[in-house]
Amino acid sequence: MTMKDTKHDGPPRTPPRQSATFTQDVNAEIRRAAATGIYDIRGGGAKRKVPHFDDLLFLGASISRYPLEGYRERCGTDVTLGTRHAKNPIKLDIPVTIAGMSFGALSGAAKEALGRGASAAGTSTTTGDGGMTQEERGHSSKLVYQYLPSRYGMNPDDLRKADAIEVVVGQGAKPGGGGMLLGQKISDRVAQMRNLPQGIDQRSACRHPDWTGPDDLEIKILELREITGWKVPIYIKVGGARPYFDTTLAIKAGADVVVLDGMQGGTAATQDVFIEHVGQPILACIRESVRALQDMNMHREVQLIVSGGIRSGADVAKCMALGADAVAIGTAALIALGDNDPRWEEEYQKLGTTAGAYDDWHEGRDPAGITTQDPELAARFDPIEGGRRLNNFLKVMTLEAQTIARACGKNHLHNLEPEDLCAITMEAAAMAKVPLAGTDWWPGKPGTGF
Amino acid sequence: MQTIDLGTTALRELNASLHAQAADTNQTAWEIVNPRGSHAVAVGLDAPIEVYVKGSTGYYTAGMNKQATVHVHGSAGPGVAENMISGTVIVDGDASQYAGATGHGGTLVIKGNASSRCGISMKGIDIVVHGNVGHMSAFMAQSGNLVVCGDAGEALGDSIYEARLFVRGSVKSLGADCIEKEMRPEHLEILRDLLERGGCDARPEEFRRYGSARQLYNFNIDNAY
Repeated sequence: MTMKDTKHDGPPRTPPRQSATFTQDVNAEIRRAAATGIYDIRGGGAKRKVPHFDDLLFLGASISRYPLEGYRERCGTDVTLGTRHAKNPIKLDIPVTIAGMSFGALSGAAKEALGRGASAAGTSTTTGDGGMTQEERGHSSKLVYQYLPSRYGMNPDDLRKADAIEVVVGQGAKPGGGGMLLGQKISDRVAQMRNLPQGIDQRSACRHPDWTGPDDLEIKILELREITGWKVPIYIKVGGARPYFDTTLAIKAGADVVVLDGMQGGTAATQDVFIEHVGQPILACIRESVRALQDMNMHREVQLIVSGGIRSGADVAKCMALGADAVAIGTAALIALGDNDPRWEEEYQKLGTTAGAYDDWHEGRDPAGITTQDPELAARFDPIEGGRRLNNFLKVMTLEAQTIARACGKNHLHNLEPEDLCAITMEAAAMAKVPLAGTDWWPGKPGTGF
Repeated sequence: MQTIDLGTTALRELNASLHAQAADTNQTAWEIVNPRGSHAVAVGLDAPIEVYVKGSTGYYTAGMNKQATVHVHGSAGPGVAENMISGTVIVDGDASQYAGATGHGGTLVIKGNASSRCGISMKGIDIVVHGNVGHMSAFMAQSGNLVVCGDAGEALGDSIYEARLFVRGSVKSLGADCIEKEMRPEHLEILRDLLERGGCDARPEEFRRYGSARQLYNFNIDNAY
């Protein structure tokens, strides 16, 4: 039987062709915008495909490199953060920390689970915009207290309860942008902690209210150190915008630790256009930040924590090889807790989405009960089970990173180095400054004329 | 009276001494001489003590104060009494930018003028300025009271939430969502108390009240530019 055009007689016709520019997704967004007159707001980080750690490979050992036995030989994972100025640096068993996420964006039980899981794994958790909760402090053996432009809930008592202070200048999902927490999630408790009327759409400022540049920041850090008796480390968190200069200025301002967050890093709620179009992939940021640390003779003296799209022990190992001292996870931690789990697919469908794609965190209707303040939804989430799952995930990440490090002949994750890596795309080679696979060259390599 | 000379004593030593005072300390009066514009003087105090700073200070004087009374016999640099929780801070001279920023409670009295962004993001503090305040004062002010006995600069109360603003003189312009509001008897009473606490002899009836129109409280496309 021959193929026959059943709809049209006559000669063959050009088949319908979709535009690569005006894709179905693009057109749908144009229609949505035209119908509503408002930009799309969502949670999470950049969803676009960008050069990432998957574009890097470890070389492993061979004749010229001697591997360590995969299970028996020691491969250290501990890290100490805040050795530059703090009397009490933070000592972690593993170099995977939990990134800042607010009570408000997350339920109290979810924050408790993050604390439980991190503490069991020997690492730290971080507060977020909205202050410190008892659930979080009580279940976190090491808690980093974020110092944000909004100063919601900021007070000296909590400041002194913290094991470290993280001055948030920016975050990868929205460098240069402030935060928002829509009224659906401003419960009585959230409103009280933030000193705002209940139910209003809350705005977090994009810049700090009482300092405007690196010289001011240096004095602000002096104040925080004086209030806390120079005991705890002070981190400075920046989004992946200008990592060389931002790292340089953070060091100059007196940071003990620089936290560098790429555009894949999540946020509770921001404009989609901001998330997808502002900032750089984390892969493009790490080496520039490390270069700044090295130029200031501060690499390893000021520690570097990297975040934004870290999902596995391989990603951890790659960050360490590129020069980071530790990493932070946010989205991956939420998934470990149960966020976007297919078990809630039926309910995701009712919300017009599907498991894995749910990102309307700001609406507070999370079927998994994690990114919500709705008491009924939040009651679905068990913080003890959540903590157990997070601990498991952190353990697996650590074991994976150790496996790779041993294969590269390294007896500590910190001994991984760029020389252990190659890139499988030109873009990744250029960003990570490691050789394109099969060559000894990367775009921009000094002395190569590019 | 304990006296600490910042010309010969390190800032760390000063603040550590003040932090060491418990609620029942009998060393309740402290004098700091030769501040010479030092930053972070008397920050993070948490005891009912009185600290007299004899001279002008730099950034963040009395930052995050609780319980203490800090009296600056001079002018104060940026961020005086920032994030104050309770207590009283008095500045005899002028205050630079961000005076009382994000303050949660307590009373800040500035007997001279305050620069821009006075009371920015305030969350419950009471601020009494005998003179003028600069532009963008009470920006995103959440709660508390700002009293200006002189004039206010541009964009007063931009994006204000529930803070009350009282201005005796002129207001160059109001910021987004800030409007003049009726001065009712209860406001006159509040203002009378604030003026008394601030050591100001102005009459409440001479002031006008400003606050939020509450039109920015919920996300609206018409406000999204």
